[in-house]
Amino acid sequence: MKDHFTMDSPQPRLLDETKQGVIGTPMDRPDGPRKVSGTADYTADHAPDGMAHGVLVRATIARGRITGMDRDTVLGIDGVIDVITDPRMIRNPAQGMAGSAPVQTGDEVHYHGQPIALVVAETFEAARDAAQRLTVHYHAEAAAVSPETTPDTETDDPVTAGDFDSSWSAAEVQIDRAYTTPSQAAAAMEPHAAIADWQGDHVTLRSALQMVRFNKAELADTLGIDPSKVRILAPFVGGGFGSKLGLGPEAAAAAIAAQKLGRPVRVVMTRQTVFDTVLRRSETAQRVRLGATKDGRITAISHDDRVSNIDGEGFAEPVSQASQFLYGADGLSFTQTVARIAATPAGSVRAPGEAVGMLAFEAAIDELADALGMDPLELRLKNLPEKHPIDGRPYSARRLADCLTEGAARFGWADRWQAGTRREGDWLIGIGMASAARSNMLVKSSARVRLTGDQAIVETDMTDIGTGTYAILAQITAEMLGLPAANVTVRLGDSDLPGASGSGGSFGANSAGSAVFLAARKLRAEIAERLGCDAEGLTLQNGQARGDNREAALTELVSEEILAEATIQKGKTAKSHFSSGFGAHFAEVAVNEWTGEIRVRRMLGVMSMGRILNEKTARSQALGGMIWGIGAALTEEMQSDPRDGHIVTRDLANYHVPAHADVPGDMQVVFLEERDDWANPIQTKGIGELGISGAGAAVINAISHATSKRAYDYPVLPDRMVALLEG
Amino acid sequence: MKTYLSVNAKSYAVEHDPRRTLLDTLRDDLGLPGTKKGCDHGQCGACTILLNGERVNACLCLTAMHDGDEITTIEGIGSPELLSELQKAFVEKDGYQCGFCTPGQIMSATALLQEIANGAPSYVSDDLDSAALTDAEIAERMSGNLCRCSAYPLIREAIAMAAEGKE
Amino acid sequence: MRPFDYHRAETFDDVTSGQIIAGGTNLLDLMKIQVMTPEALVDITRLEGLSAIVPEGDGLRIGALVTNSALAYDPLVRAGWPLLSRAILAGASAQIRNKATTGGNLLQRTRCPYFYDTSQPCNKRTPGAGCAAIGGGGRMLALFGTSDHCLAAHPSDMAVALTALGAEVEIHGANGTRRVPLQDLYVPPADRPDRETILETGDLITAVILPAPKSGSRQGYRKVRDRASYAFALVSVAGAVTMEGGTITDVSLAFGSVAPKPWTIPEVEQMLLGQPASDDLFRRAADLLAPDPAPHPETEYKRALLRRTFVATMRQLTGLADTTGTDIARAEA
Repeated sequence: MKDHFTMDSPQPRLLDETKQGVIGTPMDRPDGPRKVSGTADYTADHAPDGMAHGVLVRATIARGRITGMDRDTVLGIDGVIDVITDPRMIRNPAQGMAGSAPVQTGDEVHYHGQPIALVVAETFEAARDAAQRLTVHYHAEAAAVSPETTPDTETDDPVTAGDFDSSWSAAEVQIDRAYTTPSQAAAAMEPHAAIADWQGDHVTLRSALQMVRFNKAELADTLGIDPSKVRILAPFVGGGFGSKLGLGPEAAAAAIAAQKLGRPVRVVMTRQTVFDTVLRRSETAQRVRLGATKDGRITAISHDDRVSNIDGEGFAEPVSQASQFLYGADGLSFTQTVARIAATPAGSVRAPGEAVGMLAFEAAIDELADALGMDPLELRLKNLPEKHPIDGRPYSARRLADCLTEGAARFGWADRWQAGTRREGDWLIGIGMASAARSNMLVKSSARVRLTGDQAIVETDMTDIGTGTYAILAQITAEMLGLPAANVTVRLGDSDLPGASGSGGSFGANSAGSAVFLAARKLRAEIAERLGCDAEGLTLQNGQARGDNREAALTELVSEEILAEATIQKGKTAKSHFSSGFGAHFAEVAVNEWTGEIRVRRMLGVMSMGRILNEKTARSQALGGMIWGIGAALTEEMQSDPRDGHIVTRDLANYHVPAHADVPGDMQVVFLEERDDWANPIQTKGIGELGISGAGAAVINAISHATSKRAYDYPVLPDRMVALLEG
Repeated sequence: MKTYLSVNAKSYAVEHDPRRTLLDTLRDDLGLPGTKKGCDHGQCGACTILLNGERVNACLCLTAMHDGDEITTIEGIGSPELLSELQKAFVEKDGYQCGFCTPGQIMSATALLQEIANGAPSYVSDDLDSAALTDAEIAERMSGNLCRCSAYPLIREAIAMAAEGKE
Repeated sequence: MRPFDYHRAETFDDVTSGQIIAGGTNLLDLMKIQVMTPEALVDITRLEGLSAIVPEGDGLRIGALVTNSALAYDPLVRAGWPLLSRAILAGASAQIRNKATTGGNLLQRTRCPYFYDTSQPCNKRTPGAGCAAIGGGGRMLALFGTSDHCLAAHPSDMAVALTALGAEVEIHGANGTRRVPLQDLYVPPADRPDRETILETGDLITAVILPAPKSGSRQGYRKVRDRASYAFALVSVAGAVTMEGGTITDVSLAFGSVAPKPWTIPEVEQMLLGQPASDDLFRRAADLLAPDPAPHPETEYKRALLRRTFVATMRQLTGLADTTGTDIARAEA
């Protein structure tokens, strides 16, 4: 039974009718016991017999050609097997959903840190030693490494609605500000890793990857072989945040080396290599212009930005994505410029666009409220548009106003004091808020559900990168088939299973979840037929089927396995309606008036993100995103060298992701009940990225409230805060 | 060269390169991959183990230097079928997401509870002679364990819950 | 790591020539990326007599192998030299403090990222190679005591407290045992930034000696960093202040992460001594703190940050500040 479904119209809210009562509950993750006992198997935990160890060698020039390598020197090191260079090696990881090989450069160097060779040895120690001792000769070329000064820029046609220029010039109150954000790293805790093993002309690759279906195609294209000869395994992935969307250089190198040497090869990036070569989030330079009437109606919105990337990468951080649909105005205009530089390529990092764009945009909204003498909450509530301001589509489901007011009530926003007037000892106290928005997507996805008696198995190549896929797919299946969740086994991360969306863009639960739902719905029809009732009249609960005054146990009805496979893809609803998660973030900070240190004291996020599939894992996702907001606002900054573009902060001691002590215990998340009928048949929206979108801006706005000083360059490290306090 | 280790109360004689770290020995020589390599430089805490009862980064230990030492890894704390109170609390509170830093967090928390019981102060202790089990204390003491999924508040709730259970 | 011969010294006489290793928390870090490439490693962790903290006169003798944790937790240290406990607990993580030793902490290398990157020239790694930090990124570099060849800062927290407390270092060498003030352990970078201390081949730090406690003093270690914990200092201030009435009768200070060694500025202490504590006094003293201009443009901010951190610390230690709030109250002994 194969079902192909296109999302052309709203579907019945079946998950509200089913009786098992497991959907939405805060069920513990079924994979939890393995994770807490160290028995969940991540890529590098495997060590097949006969395995050799590979370590990548990096280029140490910004641009040029490799003219030679002193291979013999390192081949003489005890235990070293080979120094592998190959035209099929890839310059950088594939962009998300590429499905084809990334740029293959042969002997060309395009950025400092580019992987250019793989040293393979019998031991990790020998491979690492030799990789560092390999002398490489170059013909270096001049390269532009700074987005500020590179002559090579591309500016897109502006996205517009109405007439921004006349709205702007007519505005009674204007805000015109420039902002900067630095490059950021995904910095997943698991370094990128791959183990390749060939059997004849088939390769099996274990790798830390988010999108197995696409990654399979990427590896096949990289190697120049048929995809049917590739199998990818990624049952556990130690965090992704976009950095493992695409096949990486370590995987290509492992596959090439394993083929050449006829034995399994494991390549785990060192942490420094992760910083050097994994796609970074671009730095941004932003300009936000807001015009309004004196009574607080926004009339003009413009958000222009400059981001960067290397030649050959189509990705550009979509900085103004949320600015285009959060608030209405008479005239709107958004222009992006991409600077081409010879530096570590840029790609998707958690909430590409919103994560940094909303820092600036929502800070500008706050400053407009100040200029108007209005409460920033009131300004936002007053300017929510009826429909998408650019393309006029209706919103599929939007409880932004409810999130703002509910959040304000819970946070105690009404008690807000005059900026810069509250202190506790040396600490200045302030509160701030911001809207949250992250557009929602549906990506083609397939899944299979097998049912034997009261035991079900879900099969899809979908991944669980910490998001809770194992839990939610079990819950959807259990709910649909009327089984305890413990009776459902979920198999993920194997490219031999039906291809899913993968984990990215917050669309994984929507897409893979819908495919599982549809497959289970197919099984319900089969069960109804066997019971002799209409599918609509069927009730499944605790392994019992009821309908039309009949009742039977699933163990009787389904004594031998039945299975159903379903595929979902987006359809007419994606064009007719605009779907996005919405929310509101609130933060309280303390700023030390002497040292400029900033501590977040509490945060609240109120979010409407469609149906919640698992209250516990959803909350974790939201919290994690909010903490990323703290990082973007306060601690995270990748620095690169102005001369050769190399990343200076290339380890976890120099790139500061938030630590425990940066995060207060008082971190609250509230979900407002919502169903998005236009999004998908399970009425869900993405969760993983909404938490970060706007969260940092709430922190930034709280800093302004505490100190009466506005920061425009983020993160607000102590040196930047001190400069403001001195000024 | 050869080094004798006691790991999770089991004796091992390991033949190894002098350059081998305890982390690589555990993972690749002794088949105990629960201890994770997140940075290999003492900057993330994913490889936290107990060495003679104290938490350390296994990546910053040369195996050669630990002849005769007693080591406890996550595998020695509990199995999926028989979890420790702390492990159970992590599951119940969702004190993880991807799970990669989790063994290190749990090893670190195991030691933390003992350190507080011993009266050891921290940077945020109001008084160097007191060690309270407040959230700020747990946060400071756990700061050597990064979690990029940022399960921090839930990790600390789990630790507090397990600590309460002990009292 | 390059291959090396490993030797475990069982006795003092068994300490053969080679790179000494004890905690290894920085050395292994550097060996893995081949910033340090010793051919022989001498493990001294089994040496007898270097792991104890024992009273010596009114002071304390701290064995070189005492771990950072053991030192911070020691009841005598907590009671008599709380500044030292505070400073140690401000550094690194519990895991690292359990491994790192007293001697090793003093000898840890700079955290200048260019020193850590072998693709970049560094005079500290290879004298005469040049300094890539000059003209590069420099937020973590020093303000004081730099040379045209090196701008690196010493990253220790513990050593800053020890400096303020007037500690001495006991060195066992070919010609017997000698003691030097901790300040004199370090040599300025000049044109040989690879030479960081007065230690000669065969020298071994065996202990750190603390003088008698500054009884009646208020002590504090104030560390400012890019995140709330587990990060190196941008600047730090260690202070011990004794007051009688409202007047400062004794003060010792040291400044961290602003120089190639824990930095002292005796003129500051002289200005404060015998004066009634006041914001005005601290502001004037703060003006002595910052060179003009900073040796690297990206370190410029440290001038203001150091001044302000100094004033905040003095206000705390002299009771001028309202200690309501969070970290700063806790940072005070």
